[in-house]
Amino acid sequence: MSKIEIRNVYKIFGDSPSKVLPMVQEGASKEEVLEKTGHTVGLDNVSLSIEEGETFVCMGLSGSGKSTLIRHINRLIDPTSGEVLVEGTNVMDLDQKSLIEFRRHKMSMVFQRFGLFPHKTVIENVGYGLEVQGKTLEERNKIAMEKIESVGLNGFEHQYPNQLSGGMQQRVGLARALATNTNVMLMDEAFSALDPLIRSDMQKQLLDLQSELKKTIVFITHDLDESLKLGDHIGILNGGRLVQVGTPVEIIMSPADDYVKAFVKDVNRAKVLKAKVIMSSANEANGIDKSNLIKVNEDQFIEEFLPQVVCTNANCEVVDKEGNTKGYITNKELQKSLSKS
Amino acid sequence: MGKYKKHILYSLYLIAFVAMVVVAYTSSKYRPESISVLFTDLSWLGNWPKWLDLPLMPFLNEGFDKLIKEYGMFFEGINNFLLGLYTQMKNFMVGLPWPLLMIGVIALCYFASGRNMGTTIMVAFCVFFLGFLSPRYWDKCIMTTCIVVIGMLLCLIIGIPVGIMMARNKKVRNALLPILDLMQTIPSFCYLIPGILLFGLGAVPAIFAIFVYAVPPLIRLTDLGIRLVDKEVVEAAEAFGANKKQKLLGVQLPLALPNIMQGINQCTMMALAMVVIASMIGTRGIGDEVLLGLQQLNVGMATEAGIAIVLLAIIFDRITQSYGEKIQERTHHKKKLKI
Repeated sequence: MSKIEIRNVYKIFGDSPSKVLPMVQEGASKEEVLEKTGHTVGLDNVSLSIEEGETFVCMGLSGSGKSTLIRHINRLIDPTSGEVLVEGTNVMDLDQKSLIEFRRHKMSMVFQRFGLFPHKTVIENVGYGLEVQGKTLEERNKIAMEKIESVGLNGFEHQYPNQLSGGMQQRVGLARALATNTNVMLMDEAFSALDPLIRSDMQKQLLDLQSELKKTIVFITHDLDESLKLGDHIGILNGGRLVQVGTPVEIIMSPADDYVKAFVKDVNRAKVLKAKVIMSSANEANGIDKSNLIKVNEDQFIEEFLPQVVCTNANCEVVDKEGNTKGYITNKELQKSLSKS
Repeated sequence: MGKYKKHILYSLYLIAFVAMVVVAYTSSKYRPESISVLFTDLSWLGNWPKWLDLPLMPFLNEGFDKLIKEYGMFFEGINNFLLGLYTQMKNFMVGLPWPLLMIGVIALCYFASGRNMGTTIMVAFCVFFLGFLSPRYWDKCIMTTCIVVIGMLLCLIIGIPVGIMMARNKKVRNALLPILDLMQTIPSFCYLIPGILLFGLGAVPAIFAIFVYAVPPLIRLTDLGIRLVDKEVVEAAEAFGANKKQKLLGVQLPLALPNIMQGINQCTMMALAMVVIASMIGTRGIGDEVLLGLQQLNVGMATEAGIAIVLLAIIFDRITQSYGEKIQERTHHKKKLKI
C-alpha cells in the first residue's frame, strides 16, 4: 500500500466548480474552460501514488497546479472531485476535529516564503507544531533545541525570523517541520526563494537529513536540476495535468511528450546519469577493447569519470561495491547518452 | 441559474419600490380623490406632488416611542451602570491631588511608550498646560477624559470582536459595511437626539454618541488587520493543525495588533471630537467652555478652551500611538544580523 495515493483528483476554481466538472472530465482544455465558463482548472484528473520513505518531486512551471496539488494532501484545499488517501484513510472523510488531529500528527509542511511567525522567536517557531498539540513548554523547547541543532542554527534560537537571512529562515522552517516528527513532509517550493549557493547547500542538507530519517517527502519545485537531484520519482505537471511520472533517468532518457522534452533539453546529463544506467551489461559486451580499461563505480555520475576517459581514450569497466564487473562503457554508450535527441 | 437569481432579485427590488410608492400614496392626506384624476390633470408632473411622500418620520417616531415604552427598563439599566461608572471614576480622579494625577499620567506615558523620554516630556508639558491655561480646566479635562475612556472601553469591548467576526465571515462583512458607513456619515446630531431620549442629558448620551461615531474605524481596522496577515503564515498555522482559537489568538491577533492599535488611536481621536459636540446636550467637560465662549462671543475664552482640547488630544494620541509603535517594533524587527 502506498503512503499517499491521489486518485482522479480534479480541482476547479470559480463560483460553481461542480457544474464545470463534467466539461473538464470530457477533456476540455484549460483555456477552453476559462473562455467558456470563467473557471480556472487547477488540477485535471491527477492520479499518483507515493511510496513510504521516498522523495517525490512534483515539477512544473508556475500555474501548472503543483502548489494546488500539495495542498490537497493535507487538505488546505478541498478537491472538486477525487480522493486523497494517506496511509489508507481518505482525507476527505475527516471531520474538522480529526482533520486537525491528522494535520498535527501525520504531516508537516515547509513553505516557499518560509511562513514563519514574525512575532515568535526561532525556538518558539520551531516548537509551534508541538505548541498546538498541547505539549508543555519544557518538552517543546527540548525537542525544538534538538531540531535547531540538527539544521545548524545553534545560538540563534532567541532571535526573531526577521533578524535572520533567507537561508537561515528556511532552516527554521525545516526545523519546524521536523519538530513534530511526522512521517510525511510537504515542501512547497521550499528552496525557490533562496539564492543558488544557499539553495544547493540546503538541498545537500535535506539529502543528508533524508538519508537518516527516511521520511516520505513531497517536494514541489519549478527547477528541473533540483528535482533531478532530490527526487526518487518525479511527476511533471503541465496545465493541471500530470504529463509524466518516473525516475529522473526515465524522465531524461525517455521524455513522454514535447513539453517534457523541452524541459529536459538543457539538462546537463553528465551530472545526472550514473554509470550503471548507461553501461551495456557485461554479457552483452563483445568485441570491446579491454586492453585499456578504467574502473568506474556503478554509482558514479558520468561527469566524474568523463575527464579521465577523454584524456586516456580508454573504455570503462563498471564495477559494483564488491568489485564485480557489471558492464562496460565505450564511446558509443557515452555518445548515445550525452547527445541531445 | 445565476442569471435567474439576479432577475428575481431585481424584481424583488421593483416590488418593494412599488409597495413604498403605494404606501406613500394611500397614507397621504394630500392625495387626489381618485387615481383617474392623475391622468387627466397632469399638473403633478410640474412641482413634486405632496402625496408622493414616504411617511418615514411618523413611522420612526412611533417605533422609537414603542422602543422606549417596552425596553425602557433595559436602557435605564445601561444608563445607571454607565453613569455609576463615570461618577465613580470622575470623583476618584478629581479627588486626587493634581500633582499625583499628573505623575500618574506621565508614568503611564513613560511605560506605554517603551521608556521614550522625548514623548514623555512632551506629554508632561501638555498635562501641565491643561491646568496652567486655566485652573478651571483641570477638573473639566478630567470629566472629558473619563467620558472618552469609558466610551473607548465600550468601543473596544464591542468593536474588536465584531471586527474579528467580519474578518472571518464574508457575509457578516457585507452586511455590516453599509451599517458602518451609515454610522460614520450620518450627522452626529441625528443620534444625539435619540441618545437624549434614551439616556437623558449628561454624560451617558455622550458616551453613546462616542460609541456610534468612534467604533467604525476600530471595527474596520481590526477587520483589515486580520485579513492583511500574511496568508502563508496563516496557512502554516493551519498546516500544523492549529484550531480556530489557536489560529486567532496565537497568530492572527498578534500580527494584526499594529493595525488594531491604529484603530484604537483613531477611535480616541474621534471620541474626543465627539465629546466636544456632546457639550451641546449638556455634557459637562472641557467642551462646554468652548460653547460658553461661543455663546458670549468671547474669542479668548473659546480659543483658550480650544487649545486645551488640542493638548488633551495630543496626550491621548501620543500615549496610544507610542504604545502601538512599541508593539510594532516587537513584531517587525529590523534586520540586525546578516550571515
